[in-house]
Amino acid sequence: MNSTLHAMTALLRRDLLLAFRHRGELANPLLFFAMIVTLYPLGVSPDPELLRVVAPGVIWIAALLAALFSLENLFRADFDDGALEQMLLSPHPLALLVLARIFAHWLVSGLPLLLLAPLLALQLNLSPVAIQALLATLVLGTPLLSLVGAIGVALTVGLRRGGMLLTLLVMPLYIPVLIFATNAVAAAGAGMPIEGQLYFLAALLVLALTLAPLAVAAALRISLS
Amino acid sequence: MWSFFYKLASPKYFYDLAGKFIPWLGTLTVLLLLAGLYLGLFVAPPDYQQGESYRIMFVHVPAAWMSMFIYVFMAVLSGIAMIWNIKLADVMAQSSAALGASFTFLALATGSLWGKPMWGAWWVWDARLTSELILLFLYLGYIALTAAIEDTRVAGRAGGILILVGVVNIPIIHYSVEWWNTLHQGATVTKLDKPSIHASMLWPLLLMALAFQCYYFTVVLMRARAEVLEREKRSAWVAELLSRLKG
Repeated sequence: MNSTLHAMTALLRRDLLLAFRHRGELANPLLFFAMIVTLYPLGVSPDPELLRVVAPGVIWIAALLAALFSLENLFRADFDDGALEQMLLSPHPLALLVLARIFAHWLVSGLPLLLLAPLLALQLNLSPVAIQALLATLVLGTPLLSLVGAIGVALTVGLRRGGMLLTLLVMPLYIPVLIFATNAVAAAGAGMPIEGQLYFLAALLVLALTLAPLAVAAALRISLS
Repeated sequence: MWSFFYKLASPKYFYDLAGKFIPWLGTLTVLLLLAGLYLGLFVAPPDYQQGESYRIMFVHVPAAWMSMFIYVFMAVLSGIAMIWNIKLADVMAQSSAALGASFTFLALATGSLWGKPMWGAWWVWDARLTSELILLFLYLGYIALTAAIEDTRVAGRAGGILILVGVVNIPIIHYSVEWWNTLHQGATVTKLDKPSIHASMLWPLLLMALAFQCYYFTVVLMRARAEVLEREKRSAWVAELLSRLKG
């Protein structure tokens, strides 16, 4: 057990170090996130009242897309240089190693979205209460996006043009997150309680935490067979 | 009992058995379809609220049932393929996908035709319509994934994982969407002991549902047979079959 924990932390440290060495790439999902949100006022209307109504959906859809595009390289580099096969061969349970890797990925590409989101929410005229709710949903929701998305990535990692396919596979699975999260933000903006939605998101997160790594591990074994 | 399943799992035995079943199932499909359509279109009275246009229900509801049944059936098959490593379950699952997607599309299209006179719009973002649309996306995702992987065995196993993940998610998606918005009329047949639908309408509906079910099994067996031939094209029994056909 201890040695597995050690392997997980080693993997985590390696992934964070790799991300840190490629600092330039870290900003890309953030830029992507900000740009999609910027497109909405341009495309829909600059009217602050309207923006307040659509803001939860806009920010969450942008977060969803940013998570999806950053996920694409979750296993890609390791697949190309063979490190992924070493992971499969290791004596430690693959599901736990995968969990460490997903956690590293979330730290690098999910967490920064949390820091940028309040700023974008202000631009879209969300009230402070709604921004708090938005942050709460993002804290619970973005790890969920990483976990569920990882299944799709693991299934498509061996394919040359997996990007578009990944979107097709994963988007339908993201819908519950989108519904509960945007509903919570809208409810908070209207002064209503949001505990119910947050509990649902938390329950989904627990479910994904327990089941998704197993599915990812099985999918990786198939993709590399 | 077990030996029957062992035999069934062998491609050659399945090919022969399916060949015997197909004509019977096909005939049954036609008979049920004719009976259901006759009762539904000529015998059943017009609805007191919806007039004649409710008759599209006899296609719409069975198609929607089939769309869900096939997905769950595919999940069961994928589970069997994964646990006991039975190739044939995988063949059946892959042959089902296109049919499931077609039924889903049919349910959506007829629902849209029904919605126009009833709700005054071709499409509304109602919970059931939306979850049916998402189901269509899940089917299309499965088809796209299995088509993208060249090795059919790997494609089947990868697709199996996707289907199993999807089947865990479907209730979550369904209830989250339901909670999000609902306009659709409630289910009318699920409470079989005291359904809120009159027998003259219930019978054609059930007949049509059976007809759709038989149609599905007829076509899926035909597709699975073709798929088995394709996958086993290098084996001895296929060569023997071909030489026998050539005479």
